[in-house]
Amino acid sequence: MKFGVVVFPGSNCDIDCYHALRDVLDQDTEYIWHMTKHLGFYDCIVLPGGFSYGSYLRGGAIARFSPVMDRVVEFAQSGKPVIGISNGFQVLTEAGLLPGAFLRNNSMKFVCENVYIRTENASTPFTKLCGEGQVLKIPIAHGDGNYYVDDRTLKDMEQNNQVVFRYCDAEGEATAESNPNGSLQNIAGICNREGNVVGMMPHPERCMEEILGNRDGTVIFKSVINYLKGGAVND
Amino acid sequence: MTKKTYERVGLTSGEYDRIVEILGREPNELELNLYGVMWSEHCSYKNSKPVLRIFPTSGERVLQGPGENAGIIDIGDGLAVVMKIESHNHPSAVEPYQGAATGAGGIIRDIFTMGARPIALLNSLRFGELSNDRTKYLFENAVAGIGDYGNCIGIPTVGGEIYFNDCYRGNPLVNAMCVGIIRHGDIKRGTASGAGNAVMIVGASTGRDGIGGASFASVELSEESQENRSAVQVGDPFMEKLLLEACLELFETGCVVGVQDLGAAGLTSACSETASRGSSGMNIDVSLVPRRETGMIPVEVMISESQERMLVIVEKGREEEVTGVFKKWGLNSSVIGRVTDDGMLTIRDGDEVVGRVPAKSLAEDAPVYYREYEKPAYLQQVGVLDEESLEVPKDLNGVLVGLLKSPNIACKEWVYRQYDYMVRTCTAVAPGSDAAVVRIRGTNKAIALTTDCNSRYCYLDPATGGAIAVAEAARNLICSGAQPLAVTDCLNFGNPEKPGVFWQFRQAVSGMSEACRVLGTPVISGNVSFYNETDTNAIFPTPVVGMVGLVEDTSHITTQGFKEEGDAVLLLGENTQEAGGSEYLKVVHGLEQGSAPRLDLDKEKRVQDCCLELIRAGVVKSAHDCSEGGIAVALAECCISGGIGAEIEFESRCRKDFLLFGEGQSRIVITACQSDLERIKDTAARLDVPCTVLGRVKGKELVIDIAGQREMEIAVEDMGTSWREAIGCIMG
Amino acid sequence: MFNAKVYITLKKSIADPQGNAMKEALLAMKYDGVKDVRMGKLIEIKLENKNAAEAEKRVRDMCETLLANTVIEDYTYDILEVGP
Repeated sequence: MKFGVVVFPGSNCDIDCYHALRDVLDQDTEYIWHMTKHLGFYDCIVLPGGFSYGSYLRGGAIARFSPVMDRVVEFAQSGKPVIGISNGFQVLTEAGLLPGAFLRNNSMKFVCENVYIRTENASTPFTKLCGEGQVLKIPIAHGDGNYYVDDRTLKDMEQNNQVVFRYCDAEGEATAESNPNGSLQNIAGICNREGNVVGMMPHPERCMEEILGNRDGTVIFKSVINYLKGGAVND
Repeated sequence: MTKKTYERVGLTSGEYDRIVEILGREPNELELNLYGVMWSEHCSYKNSKPVLRIFPTSGERVLQGPGENAGIIDIGDGLAVVMKIESHNHPSAVEPYQGAATGAGGIIRDIFTMGARPIALLNSLRFGELSNDRTKYLFENAVAGIGDYGNCIGIPTVGGEIYFNDCYRGNPLVNAMCVGIIRHGDIKRGTASGAGNAVMIVGASTGRDGIGGASFASVELSEESQENRSAVQVGDPFMEKLLLEACLELFETGCVVGVQDLGAAGLTSACSETASRGSSGMNIDVSLVPRRETGMIPVEVMISESQERMLVIVEKGREEEVTGVFKKWGLNSSVIGRVTDDGMLTIRDGDEVVGRVPAKSLAEDAPVYYREYEKPAYLQQVGVLDEESLEVPKDLNGVLVGLLKSPNIACKEWVYRQYDYMVRTCTAVAPGSDAAVVRIRGTNKAIALTTDCNSRYCYLDPATGGAIAVAEAARNLICSGAQPLAVTDCLNFGNPEKPGVFWQFRQAVSGMSEACRVLGTPVISGNVSFYNETDTNAIFPTPVVGMVGLVEDTSHITTQGFKEEGDAVLLLGENTQEAGGSEYLKVVHGLEQGSAPRLDLDKEKRVQDCCLELIRAGVVKSAHDCSEGGIAVALAECCISGGIGAEIEFESRCRKDFLLFGEGQSRIVITACQSDLERIKDTAARLDVPCTVLGRVKGKELVIDIAGQREMEIAVEDMGTSWREAIGCIMG
Repeated sequence: MFNAKVYITLKKSIADPQGNAMKEALLAMKYDGVKDVRMGKLIEIKLENKNAAEAEKRVRDMCETLLANTVIEDYTYDILEVGP
């Protein structure tokens, strides 16, 4: 089983994702340079967070034209699991692999803090080991995380169970106070219609070790490992 | 050459005569500008050098002391920490967003120039009182500038400090510190040697940014400089991220002889300093420097402070390896000249030689001034404190809440949640405890980081204030479970040509030096920022101490929050009756007077050693030092961070307000299991450290009795709300 | 040669907190009658195209593919011929 972490110019959570997969979960993991035109064999691709191309113009707007993205689109269309985290999520929406777009946080400030998210869809490859409704504590760090999508698409998404995570309080209530950036319907993560492409603003790779004070992020990557093993649902 | 010309570049007639003597002729316009920027205080330290020599700078762990882009200290396992702090005060006063952003950018370059991977940023910030709208603007934008730069480049901003005092209204201080990690064998230096080796400029192209910036930083701010915006550089963190990755990749090829970032005085300083360190010369052609703007004349290219550029000295014949790496990252790299063995910096514009001066004369031969100094008169008045005239407040709960809401003490979450302090997933202790702790991947070690300075103490007594800055920094590291290793300092003062200011400077440096000696923390890098004054007022002397400590085993990492109901609360050190210079006097009585708290360095060392020994023995569950707001605020912060209350009993017969809120030094509040009490007392007795049981962790309130009398009783949740929300409320 | 100015704004239906903050500030500064403030981006492009129609087509393509995200943004542009 092999993971690929895409490196765009300006990606800065690439090393964190690599560390989480290789060192914490002991998975075969490689970096994939954004100029790559021929993708090697991978089972899962991670688009990491950071500021690809400085997030100039819009987060992910320029990165999505990197040569590797054509390959990522093919990979996704073949049904294999792809996850975009934070800036990686923005790249996925800009590339049209996921619906919607991002606005500036409604506070107009960058925000870095632990938030709670509720699992809305526990059937994607990245949430299979979560319980439906399970609350996770995972940090966010972004300035443009305010998710937006038009009403019609949103309705579609709800019908197809494409909302994967919503911001909530510690008890799992998706309240206005627990929404850190103004995202529509407290949306923190979504998937495509098929469920194999997931985007999320919170950073699971940042909370996978005891020394960092929180291991809630582990379940995301363990889920996909379990999924790729073809596996029975157990930890 | 008219008199006006040398004055325009900031030189005196004596300095001009010296240049003529060095060259054996009059300098041309370009050459004069080179001396102007290189002999400014900012680049030459001409006013501070003789005083800085008294800092202890060596030690068995020191791999690189002052004089390079950054200092380096050994942490074992073949690894070392690279550290440096630098001011960006004047640019931030004019344009706070870009000033602060490029301050972060500049200090990051200083770290990766040494070959190190930057792993953490800290910032020491000072502004006027937040009641002023201009101050709010400066504060909000400086924070945004630091955040946007660090967040984009992906280096976590893990700590620092923020103070507000009217003395900084016209002169905000923005000091940025960066820390990197390196293998001993990978250390790079800013040296140009080997005649024929290539001189390359890499990174961003050159524009007219910050022309005159270096001399700009060395003059008093006047009305005019409010309009002097062209002297401010614009930062591009994305470019710097690419430059960082490209440089670290390039260093692995082994073709790099030396490297230096282009900071103050741009190409002039990078060329002359690298050549001077290598006892070499350099012959460069300014027409080969990639430009962003048209019509730039040679002198503009030489002194431009365009950001995100580096000078790389490359082995002859291996230039293409550099081009290859930089091309991969989408960056410029151009050979602009060669290293020579004639000691001269020769500047050509195509075939025409437009300037030729000894490289050493620019980098090292600036005149050194032994400034006059005199104890300033203000100390007579402010040293006096009529304690009798101060009433003991009746509502001590109210005083505590007032202090917790004071922006100097209040939680800085409003600031640090704008910083990505988690990226790189190594931040073991986030902002908000005594020091930040960052683990070192691949080892079981971590480093603790802090910046400290109480400038009010320095104002009342610069020598003691300077020593306390060092002692408090070390104490913060100790409380986190780290052995303090080394200091980088940022000395912010007023106009050194004024004898009173220079006296403050000498006193502060001598106080710091003594503390560094006793606490075993040599000064390995630093920066001096003078002329922090406006027409009407000068800042308090503000010698900021950045310090790094080593946590030998991550299991030693300790935080300030109380942990468990029933734990004993102990004080290492003694309560005193000192109120001078305290936040309490300022907030409640409106006074910035009295003597700075006394500091007995030997006792301080014993308290710190004792605390660290107990932490390493595994018996300390929380540790927090007493600083601004005294022991009452320290206890409140322990409760708030831990989300749990405490019952405290003081035997003391001191004045209640001074006991609770006085800022006596060398005190650490720790908690431990009741079963470890005897062991702790024995250790303290053996190390000759006073140790008192104050009470225990309990309930949801902080309850304090003094001599059997209930004096305070306040819900932890209420204290927490006041403390957390104060700055956000003010900023709206 | 053509100079194109591309203006990108948030769609009318989408809240603009930055524009709103500016509006509040202007009102606080007693600029009465400020009804609405919207913030956007101005992008200037120099183009070497032979004719105006071709230049316009290219600018529109640029907007659709990269410069604007039409999920949240509208765009308009001016194109000016500036000599050969």
